[in-house]
Amino acid sequence: MEFLVARDVSYQYPARRGADLPSVLSHFSLDLVEGEFFCLLGPSGCGKTTVLNLMAGFLAPTTGTITLAGRPIEGPGVDRTVVFQGDDALFNWLRTIDNVAFGLRMRGVAEARRHEIAREYLHLVNLDGQDDKYPAELSGGMKQRVQIARVLATEPKILLMDEPFGALDAQTRSRLQDELVEIWRKTSKTIVFITHDIAEAVLLADRIGVMTKGPGSRLGAIIPVDLPRPRRRGSPGFGDMWEHINTLIESEEAGAS
Amino acid sequence: MTELSPARHGRRPETVAAPSRLRLADLAGKIRGDHLIYVASILGMIVLWHVIATTFFKPQFFPGPLLVLATGQEMVASGELFEHVSISLQRILAGFLIGSAIAAPAGLVMGSVRIVRAIFDPYAQFFRFVPSLAWLTPVVLWFGIGEISKVLIIIYTTMFIVLINTMVGVAHIAPNKLRAAACLGATPVKSFVHVTLPATLPFILTGMRLAMGNSFATVVAAEMIAADSGLGYLIFNSRLWMATDKIFIGIVCLGTLGLITDRFFRYLVVRFAHQYGPIE
Repeated sequence: MEFLVARDVSYQYPARRGADLPSVLSHFSLDLVEGEFFCLLGPSGCGKTTVLNLMAGFLAPTTGTITLAGRPIEGPGVDRTVVFQGDDALFNWLRTIDNVAFGLRMRGVAEARRHEIAREYLHLVNLDGQDDKYPAELSGGMKQRVQIARVLATEPKILLMDEPFGALDAQTRSRLQDELVEIWRKTSKTIVFITHDIAEAVLLADRIGVMTKGPGSRLGAIIPVDLPRPRRRGSPGFGDMWEHINTLIESEEAGAS
Repeated sequence: MTELSPARHGRRPETVAAPSRLRLADLAGKIRGDHLIYVASILGMIVLWHVIATTFFKPQFFPGPLLVLATGQEMVASGELFEHVSISLQRILAGFLIGSAIAAPAGLVMGSVRIVRAIFDPYAQFFRFVPSLAWLTPVVLWFGIGEISKVLIIIYTTMFIVLINTMVGVAHIAPNKLRAAACLGATPVKSFVHVTLPATLPFILTGMRLAMGNSFATVVAAEMIAADSGLGYLIFNSRLWMATDKIFIGIVCLGTLGLITDRFFRYLVVRFAHQYGPIE
């Protein structure tokens, strides 16, 4: 059965002062497989975040369609929740537990029950005992864990992650990458993960979609990563895969310019 | 603008690693040190006032602190001072609270709903440049010389400051917060209640603090022109008798009341709204 499908999607920001802006995307197509970990890789400014915003329903495609299980995406929905790059998406006036329970509260779940569920997800992201802290009292890595717990608590079909570890130090990022794979394995969610870091993509993904250079970018090669998990940067095959993708991106950039 | 923009992130120190009890002890020590400096500073100013006033000036021209204190005692004993203070304070509080209660919701709606903003923004921008005292005569004509006019004038003063600050607050909400709320299932109305309102609260509170200062200024001016009671009346009426000492009583009372109300407001904010990250 088909899952999330993007067909010939283009996106153009509204004209400013009468002047048409170039399309961010054109002829972008993608088929996601349910339960897969898909990494969208591309240089900054190529429209990765636009793709995510379209999937999330924050933007509507100028042409083309995006459907989930055959139904077109019309606006944001709880079946597709987003983990944002920065920590400004957390509600800084709510304690950790209430940040995680926010989606359940919107759904009308009673407080005791939603705190119970939120605590389970805080446990899943290794944030036990941090219930009563406010976001300002948490470290960068902890804040991203809260974001992950918050989107999982609404039981989405897809997690959309926009360079969620981009602002973290290398050590924290590496730990969260491992933890995310573990969470993905336990919850069997579909994940769309945006990154510009080849190594991160190779470490995490079942498939890597490499975007072409913008403007008017689309999905170029899709590379299946069949390295056994758990993966390490030193695992056999890791370096070859990295090299392969890097060459691909370099030739793409050379070809486009 | 910096004064109007509260810190985006909470003020509380990072307590991730540091043991919090130690931090509290540090804080207590710091506060005590600050308080000592406060008191020393005030005492020093009073001494300076005394020396300058008694050395260089006649009491009618520049009364010293002892004379002011003596006059103040008389006025307290006769009940006169309490009457002026309480009536001014009542006018300020009534106007301030009603004005804030109108302006904060109005600013939230104007900030969030484009059409409403388009309709009302020209009026907000026009009237905020018309000082409340320009309205004094028409207001007295229309509503009489009683309390209503004075409270209306203070409502007017309060409203635009709180309104503009609230709108700025709404404009400053990180788009990711609203997007996060939307994909977590918040309808536009729920998003307004659960995100826009709490995220804007620091700006509303800052606006209210600024408006409080303007309310003091406005009540004095209004009472000078159209009242027979209040601190403004006291100051203006004393002029006729060259009772400079009474004018100084009025000045000291205004400053003290302002200081106390601001401290009290800050206390309430820290006590009940600290998690919203208000500026202190």
